[in-house]
Amino acid sequence: MQLVTVAGPPSSGKTSVLLRLAAVLGRQGKRLGVVKFDCLTGRDKDVFDAAGIPCAAGQSGALCPDHFFVCNAADAHAWGLSRGLDVLAVESAGLCNRCAPHIEGALAVCVVDNLSGIDTPAKIGPMLRLADVVAVTKGDVVSQAEREVFAFRVRRANPRATVLFVSGLTGQGAEALAHVVAGAPATPTLDGASLRFTMPAAVCSYCLGQRKIGADHQMGNVRKMDFPREPA
Amino acid sequence: MTSQYPTFAAIWAALPPARDFFAAQGLPMPAPEAAPADYFAALTPDALAEVGTDAGTLAARFADFLAALPRLGAAAPRLASLTIRGGTGKDGRPERLDLTLVPGDVVALVGPTGSGKSRFLADVEWLADADTPTGRRVLLDGKTADAAGRLAASGRLVAQLSQNMHFVMDLTVREFLIAHAESRLLADVPAAAEAVEGLANELAGEPFGPDTALTALSGGQSRALMIADVARLCASPIVLVDEIENAGIDRRKAIALLTGSGKIVLMATHDPLLALTAGRRLVFAAGAVAAVIATSPEEKTSLAALAQADAKLAALRDSLRRGGSLCFSQEK
Repeated sequence: MQLVTVAGPPSSGKTSVLLRLAAVLGRQGKRLGVVKFDCLTGRDKDVFDAAGIPCAAGQSGALCPDHFFVCNAADAHAWGLSRGLDVLAVESAGLCNRCAPHIEGALAVCVVDNLSGIDTPAKIGPMLRLADVVAVTKGDVVSQAEREVFAFRVRRANPRATVLFVSGLTGQGAEALAHVVAGAPATPTLDGASLRFTMPAAVCSYCLGQRKIGADHQMGNVRKMDFPREPA
Repeated sequence: MTSQYPTFAAIWAALPPARDFFAAQGLPMPAPEAAPADYFAALTPDALAEVGTDAGTLAARFADFLAALPRLGAAAPRLASLTIRGGTGKDGRPERLDLTLVPGDVVALVGPTGSGKSRFLADVEWLADADTPTGRRVLLDGKTADAAGRLAASGRLVAQLSQNMHFVMDLTVREFLIAHAESRLLADVPAAAEAVEGLANELAGEPFGPDTALTALSGGQSRALMIADVARLCASPIVLVDEIENAGIDRRKAIALLTGSGKIVLMATHDPLLALTAGRRLVFAAGAVAAVIATSPEEKTSLAALAQADAKLAALRDSLRRGGSLCFSQEK
């Protein structure tokens, strides 16, 4: 089974891209399944169910979504094996842009959309910088030049990546993505595999449920900002 | 990879965008005289925690980054001909098609929604090799592209111009054209930007200046700028035009601008005037090309009459805009 991590900002089109990918893989006789990590409730499972794509969904709720993801990654992999999938896509909700779910030895895909602004490729950090493939969506509503400038900024942020235009609307570009997925390495197990990027350091009083604001209530791993001072 | 450069100054000189690696990750900018190995070894644990990795991995990533940078300049594929061989329609019937297009050719794609025009374009873009639902084969210069070539061409082969497209960037016309010219790594960026601006103004009914915000352009001005930009600044050898609305743009001039720039133009249109500027029309039905119609001499004659009628309409629109009268007769 091949494992593919899929990350991207909210509403960038991750789910649509996966639906299109599943259709192309299906025609080639390969079965794609999805484990969807969300923060709060999501309706994506219904969409995958309706398309007949095996899907398991988990919500991190009160926990850090990235820690929740990594604690369940090996279980997700085991679920994929048990379902006899050929390709397992692990989709995680991109939230603060600080983290990336990408794993050494598994194909890493980042989905970004053309409408998200010209500085987004530089801003969203490791989920794009450490990806093997960047799928750029919503190209059908912006000008050709903007598509090109956006793709150029993506390549500058991550010159290693293969940049593909994928339309969630028409499926254009899904064949190219399927081609890259087909060439990805198999992931026999996630036991002992490494994340490409560390998870955020936590453990301050607020991790443990503190709600009060002020110096007296801050404990543990606390960092202070430098505010500019008025010249004397 | 980094070992061939003794200092960062040598790296900056050879690969200026290498600075992005540090800026994008919030790392301290290396001193020009520093050696790469020393820089990575001297990073503090705090700095490494911020970038989520250790010094060795970071140094290896920088080496990969440098190795990949030359790919930024990779241009769109050049082509002498594009050949499309038929597959099968949705009804399983074979598609009788063997079409070869060369730069400057204009082909109209006609047929109702769902007849297979989008699929046709997707086949061209992915250089289909009997591995899409239609079973079509697309050849570049008479040859099947290999896997690496198909991926490299992906997204660079076909430029698109559609009436659903809008400018979304918060930039002025000049800033935007400069950003696009820079992304093409052109030698004379300001001159390229100015040339496109001039051409766009020739196409647009109403002129606009370089300091106009992109998002403030009218529909016609936007389309004119998109067309001029695709003709001059876009490297893709094939252009898909999805209708050009009649918003005061000289549509025939627009197509001539694209073909004059050596593009192959595929045009999804149900506008008779535009369709007649094409040498051939592909008629789509049930997911396949059902007929290829060459524009006949009689149709070419009709084009002159149609153009006259179109010019009359354009004059009326102009009169309307200026507060003039709207009298129309078919004779003069």
